Amino acid sequence: MNTATIKTKINTAQPTSVEQAEKESVYSTRQLNLWYGNNHALKNIDLEIGENEVTAIIGPSGCGKSTYLKTLNRMVELVPSVKTSGEIQYRGRNIFESSYGVEELRTRVGMVFQKPNPFPKSIYDNIAYGPRIHGIKNKKILDEIVEKSLRGAAIWDEVKDRLNENAYGISGGQQQRICIARTLAIEPDVILMDEPTSALDPISTLKIEELVQELKEQYSIIIVTHNMQQAARISDKTAFFLNGEVIEYDRTDAIFSNPADKRTEDYISGRFG
Amino acid sequence: MRTSVQELIAKSKDKKSKKIIEKLIPILLFLIASVSVLTTIGIVLTLIIETVTFFTRVPLSDFILGTTWLPFANSGAQFGIWPLIVGTLKITGIAIIVAVPIGISAAIYLSEYASDNVRRIVKPVLEVLAGVPTIVYGFFALTFVTPVLQSFFPEIKIFNAISPGIVVGIMIIPMIASLSEDAMSSVPKSIRDGALAMGSTKFEVAWKITVPAALSGIIASVVLGLSRAIGETMIVSLAAGSTPKFDGDFTGSIQTMTAYIVQVSKGDAGYGTTIYYSIYAVGFTLFLFTMAMNILAGYMSKRFREEY
Repeated sequence: MNTATIKTKINTAQPTSVEQAEKESVYSTRQLNLWYGNNHALKNIDLEIGENEVTAIIGPSGCGKSTYLKTLNRMVELVPSVKTSGEIQYRGRNIFESSYGVEELRTRVGMVFQKPNPFPKSIYDNIAYGPRIHGIKNKKILDEIVEKSLRGAAIWDEVKDRLNENAYGISGGQQQRICIARTLAIEPDVILMDEPTSALDPISTLKIEELVQELKEQYSIIIVTHNMQQAARISDKTAFFLNGEVIEYDRTDAIFSNPADKRTEDYISGRFG
Repeated sequence: MRTSVQELIAKSKDKKSKKIIEKLIPILLFLIASVSVLTTIGIVLTLIIETVTFFTRVPLSDFILGTTWLPFANSGAQFGIWPLIVGTLKITGIAIIVAVPIGISAAIYLSEYASDNVRRIVKPVLEVLAGVPTIVYGFFALTFVTPVLQSFFPEIKIFNAISPGIVVGIMIIPMIASLSEDAMSSVPKSIRDGALAMGSTKFEVAWKITVPAALSGIIASVVLGLSRAIGETMIVSLAAGSTPKFDGDFTGSIQTMTAYIVQVSKGDAGYGTTIYYSIYAVGFTLFLFTMAMNILAGYMSKRFREEY
């Protein structure tokens, strides 16, 4: 497969709900419930997530925001005893359908984790891992993908002379950008980010935030964050989660300037959480 | 009024006996630790001294270049070590061919696929298997494996290299499986998650992420298994025969270094004879082999370490 053709956005227009009409939604969540054993962690979630937007998910610890994010690529199912009901449509198809392979879903939906988790391999092999497991063997194409992905994650200049060094030899902030580059290498449609800057220093955080702004031109990004300023700075829409429910979901400027719900206001003004 | 806790502490600190005990304990522990170290040094020294005596009677070049091992000949006894080394290598080679694929597959299954319940049962069972006395394995080789092999390949003799080789392999499977599983289980979950989130299948994660990340531990377990196979005595004494041979035959009786030492120690030779000293020379060769294995294990695990 040629690198140029890998990225093909699906543009078949799906009838979207009225209130989200301005942009097509990537994900539509309908009446999603999730239980860890007997713990009802997500309650009747309804969310539409727009294409080429940054959607921030905020809320206090234990509110279910990370759980929701991990449900979107079904990583949550790695926890034993997880049960779900309801549906999540990704590009018009329910991801819980038994015929929907998780590998297929995760090839389209990349994820960046809280703690940088590069593979214990060289920087090059980290980036080439995804393309390789999906069948790209040609060295020249791989070289191109590696460079393009590292440039895309704004780290090419820092690591171009040490591509064969172990990815654990660089700083935490650089490792996190390697993880983003690794995700970009298979040119996903959506990138999920689970508090990607919480383990990083302010300068690395700034770099990642700038990167998110650039990436949204091409990707739809859903980011869970503890940091409300971060949500305000980088996101187009914000969802406020509390005790497993979506309390409020709106344009970020609306949420932060004029929240509709008292609990949202209390949370963003720092009165709890 | 009650004395404060700090005062009580100060009082008990002042006690003479406590101070003396604190000083004595390291000395005592040092002495105890020395015993084991000194014993080891003593064993190695004895080995070296007796080996040197052997080489005053048999030239070193005959020993390391000779390809005939005929210690019991009345005249013209020959002490060329190679037949015994070849015997040991035959057993070890077969054992490794049997144990490495099975041991590593078992480790992959246990660390990547098995549920916690399965792992909770299988791991201890593996460790029990590792504790089965080798004489039992020897009987198993002689009275079960050999007849089974003979029913398929009639040319196999009652004493041969294949059957004990396979059984030595079976003996070291639990060790390789258990140690490799430890190495693979200690690969952080976050790294696996990273791979799964890219759309890897479970097997891709196991084979391309976990195994490479745990490679140094896996290699160490294989080399450890290898040195147990080289040093294994009971199984080969019972089932491999006692014919030192310098050839490529696996179907007939052979002799390993360890089996030769057993044969002589059982009383076939009197104290002070050349044959008596020869077991030290063979023992020393064996020692060099296992030491080489340990150095190799150290080097390999450093060479293949993937930092995380």
